[in-house]
Amino acid sequence: MSEPGDVLLTMSGIVKTFPGVRALDGVDLEVRAGEVHCLLGQNGAGKSTLIKVLAGAHQPDEGVITWRGEPATLGSPVAALKMGVATMYQELDLVEGLSVAENIFLGHEPATFGFTNRRSANNQTRKLMARLGHPEIPPSREVGLLSAAGQQLVSMARALVHDARLIVMDEPTAALAADEVDNLFRVVEDLTDDGVAVVYISHRLEEIRRIGDRVTVLKDGRTVGTNMPADTPTSELVNLMSGRQVETVFPHRDVSTVDEDNELLRVENLSRGGEFEHVSFTVRAGEIVGIAGLVGAGRSEVLETVYGARKSDTGSVWVNGKRLKPGSVMAAVAAGIGLAPEERKSQGLLLDQSVANNVTLASLPEYSRLGFTDQRRELKDSRATLERLDLRPADPRREVRTLSGGNQQKAVVARWLVRGTKVLLLDEPTRGVDVGARAELYRLIHELAATGVAVLLVSSEVPEVLGLSDRVLVMREGRVLTEAPAGELTEAAILDMVMEGSEVMA
Amino acid sequence: MSGLANEPSTRGDVSEKSPSTVEESVQTGPTKGVRTPSGLRLDIRLTILIGVLAALCAVGYILSPETFLGESNISIMLRLAAAIGVVSVGMTFVIISGGIDLSVGSMVALASVWMTTLATQEYGLFVMVICALAVGLGAGLINGVLISYGKVVPFIATLAMYASARGLAERLSGRQTQTVSEQGFLEFFRGDVLGIPVLIWMLALVFAVGWVVLNRTTFGRRTFAVGGNAEAARLAGINVRLHTALVYGIAGLCCGIAAIMVVARTTSGSSTNGMFYELDAIAAVVIGGTLLSGGRGTLIGTLIGVLIFTVVNSIFTQNNLDTATQNIAKGVIIVAAVLLQTASARTRKTAKT
Repeated sequence: MSEPGDVLLTMSGIVKTFPGVRALDGVDLEVRAGEVHCLLGQNGAGKSTLIKVLAGAHQPDEGVITWRGEPATLGSPVAALKMGVATMYQELDLVEGLSVAENIFLGHEPATFGFTNRRSANNQTRKLMARLGHPEIPPSREVGLLSAAGQQLVSMARALVHDARLIVMDEPTAALAADEVDNLFRVVEDLTDDGVAVVYISHRLEEIRRIGDRVTVLKDGRTVGTNMPADTPTSELVNLMSGRQVETVFPHRDVSTVDEDNELLRVENLSRGGEFEHVSFTVRAGEIVGIAGLVGAGRSEVLETVYGARKSDTGSVWVNGKRLKPGSVMAAVAAGIGLAPEERKSQGLLLDQSVANNVTLASLPEYSRLGFTDQRRELKDSRATLERLDLRPADPRREVRTLSGGNQQKAVVARWLVRGTKVLLLDEPTRGVDVGARAELYRLIHELAATGVAVLLVSSEVPEVLGLSDRVLVMREGRVLTEAPAGELTEAAILDMVMEGSEVMA
Repeated sequence: MSGLANEPSTRGDVSEKSPSTVEESVQTGPTKGVRTPSGLRLDIRLTILIGVLAALCAVGYILSPETFLGESNISIMLRLAAAIGVVSVGMTFVIISGGIDLSVGSMVALASVWMTTLATQEYGLFVMVICALAVGLGAGLINGVLISYGKVVPFIATLAMYASARGLAERLSGRQTQTVSEQGFLEFFRGDVLGIPVLIWMLALVFAVGWVVLNRTTFGRRTFAVGGNAEAARLAGINVRLHTALVYGIAGLCCGIAAIMVVARTTSGSSTNGMFYELDAIAAVVIGGTLLSGGRGTLIGTLIGVLIFTVVNSIFTQNNLDTATQNIAKGVIIVAAVLLQTASARTRKTAKT
């Protein structure tokens, strides 16, 4: 057993090249037993490649790895797991149709003569779930029925059952609500007290401050700062990551872009059973309206219902004075609404196709004559839009899959820009996007508003909603609690409303 | 597949960015291509397929040097390939859109029977043709509506059509072979135009039209979008249901055309026509590099897939080898093609950072 503070793992000079790309170009990392070691870096800085090297999924081309002082190779995912390194991927790799216990023991079920010993598995699972602070989750529960937080616990239990000494967590809080985050952090603290090391990847600096011990910063596949204390000033971390000065994350906004008399979107008394009720609001040209609330408060559902992707039970949506047919995306798009969905990859993009094909997807009739596509104009307009959005690389023929998260998000926005969309719905626009690219997206959203676009924004991050919006709706349990100009609200006030259930009812 | 993304655009349009070589190699994957001096991008898998086809032709030539590459044998091979080739065009659309159609053979049988009933033949050539096209299109649209609006899984919906269309064909024909007596029909479809059999012209025409529709029209673009990510297509305002229904309609229409070709070749309509066409067509499409999961595929690949099977058939018949061995050879070819496909998918995955 290693004592807390002992060096558990070192990586030095790790290089990993793929055809044409040097994904890792000299990464150094030192992880000690019992610490939470945070990994920071922009998308494309090499974090995901490094995680895969740690998990044994990728073999480095150069560099040395030591484990408890001995040279080691992470030859395969199984070898890594056997050595004591477990990885919790952002998209959890669980089998939804199997039970909690079956998932935890997947591949090494306790068995006698080939017959699985369900009782033993269930007992061990019960102990693990209790250790993780959730004894109420029964071992027989189907994993697909658990919440995101529950599934994450199962994933963690799977790491523990292998007696992992080092657990890699890739953005574990991305899908969690605030109280679930608290539980996760409590579990992480318990683990580190037992001498388990955690490599923690997150874009949220406040989380790193809360539970991190040391920070390593990656940029362009290299370690640019390592073993820094977790309370390193934000500006210093951001500077290391981006290599450029970031003064304020939220650009200054001139509210006078709001056209008071031009109400582009009006939502009246919209309800959908079990999801949200009596939601009413308006968004004017040039205005940014943000919806704050926890995951599950009904924010995304409101957005998707406005867009027609879900059908409302009651209420109406008006665009530019015309009532929309409920439950019809085609009607919404034709009326000038665009949506950048929450799940960019599964709901927004044709990953295998070119950026240009993705950009013109919603405007194919405009890019065709008698049904024939005008590919020259498609490429020209796509390229112009990519340059306008500073999407890098501005190559419309590139496959979308190869772009970073921030650039993929820009590709989705570009789709609505070429269409001349007047009402833009943004669902978690900066999820999985690094700090530098976030600032660019913020600037972009402001620019869109300045050109008269009405923006309706949903974000789990309260500062983001406050920093970007002119007006804010606060939602809890399917109801709008309050609506106020962003200037009159504070982060603490909103958190108080969504969590404690203040008496401020709209 | 290189179809949509880079066929027109790469021609001569070398990226303005200086490190373009780096970017090219990043985005390759299955589109892994080589730039020929003329700037045309050749898909590696397509190159391999053409190589396989050439090798098979060489084998055929070595085994029967006098006849194999003779004009008459090539003409016979292509006429035999014509109907299955046309069916494969429709199948390519369906599979790219993320579906499958098991009913193509039965639809060919139904259309061939319906167009050759005594009643239909009385009205002459044009009504026979229109009857075949309408029956094919109609059956295909029934598939499509069941799948897109009835939310029946494609496999099940077309399995039902597979059974019932052939049943209806048997009912209509009383399991009798219906000989074509309409001379105008036989004269035209069994004849030549510019020295090339009409059936081969039809095959070429259907492939050409299919290629244009798939690669140059919004319909084709939507087919790729629906198959690549139906949810993203829906949220971009595309009428995914209508499109899906139409794609199955196209498959049915192709079966109608194929029925005309089968009837012309055999001078009769029968409920046993088109047996196993679904398997041959799916095999040709898969060999051609179209992903069964949808979103990727080329008609050129399908054409070569059809030709590979045709050449194999010809080699076996020319040398009087039994059909059992022939079927084994076909199976081996299918497995080899799929292995090739997964191998290139693997290189693609590892290239992802």
